[in-house]
Amino acid sequence: MSRRPFVRLVSGTRWYFGHPRYLRYMSREVTCIFIGAFALLLLRAVERLSAGQAAYASFLAAIAGPWSALGLSLVVIFALHNAVSWFNVTPKALPVQIGEGFLPGGFIVAAHYAAWILVSLAVLLFAGVL
Amino acid sequence: MAKSNKPVVWSLFAAGGTLAALLAPVLALLFLLAALGRAPELLGYARLHAFAANPLGKLFLLTVIALFLWHAAHRLRVALHDFGLRRDRLVAVVVYLAAGTGTALSLLYLARI
Repeated sequence: MSRRPFVRLVSGTRWYFGHPRYLRYMSREVTCIFIGAFALLLLRAVERLSAGQAAYASFLAAIAGPWSALGLSLVVIFALHNAVSWFNVTPKALPVQIGEGFLPGGFIVAAHYAAWILVSLAVLLFAGVL
Repeated sequence: MAKSNKPVVWSLFAAGGTLAALLAPVLALLFLLAALGRAPELLGYARLHAFAANPLGKLFLLTVIALFLWHAAHRLRVALHDFGLRRDRLVAVVVYLAAGTGTALSLLYLARI
């Protein structure tokens, strides 16, 4: 053991400003705040739904407005960021081996994007938006 | 052999992340439309109540809410560490307890519909 060990000076709370790659990593991590908040909104919607028609109507009225629209726009943006970054690493998470080699990553990513588009269209159709 | 609960929470994180990647943008868009005063048909009381009354609809809502919560909980635990909060044991208890409570509540509410 060296008597003068090299100690790298790294801030515990601001280290991710040190490199754009770290910032991109943190931008993926913070998507969880928006996914979690949206899950709580869904939970609230189900609770109001179980309380009856009047309770649910007041829930819908409560989420209408510019501030909700702003918050939900942020949820949509961060959910998209999570989706794109999640699908882009699928070749690392789910490599498909064929004989000695591996299926090119592009196919795995493309399959996930295709599934994403189909699921989104199906939900929009089912919801009566399209 | 050392035992770890990591595979359990990690599988919930991964399943939740995949489900969120597929569904969160479009589901959030439905609520954004509602916020803009153009609520889609599905978010109307009659349609959503009928959907949640159906066993498959209940399963869908439970899966979405629970997996989104567990995904967010695990990632929040890691993110809080990255932001410099070095109380991992406490953070883990709080976030997983919150996700577990949310899962139990969604079961309770869905059972009432």
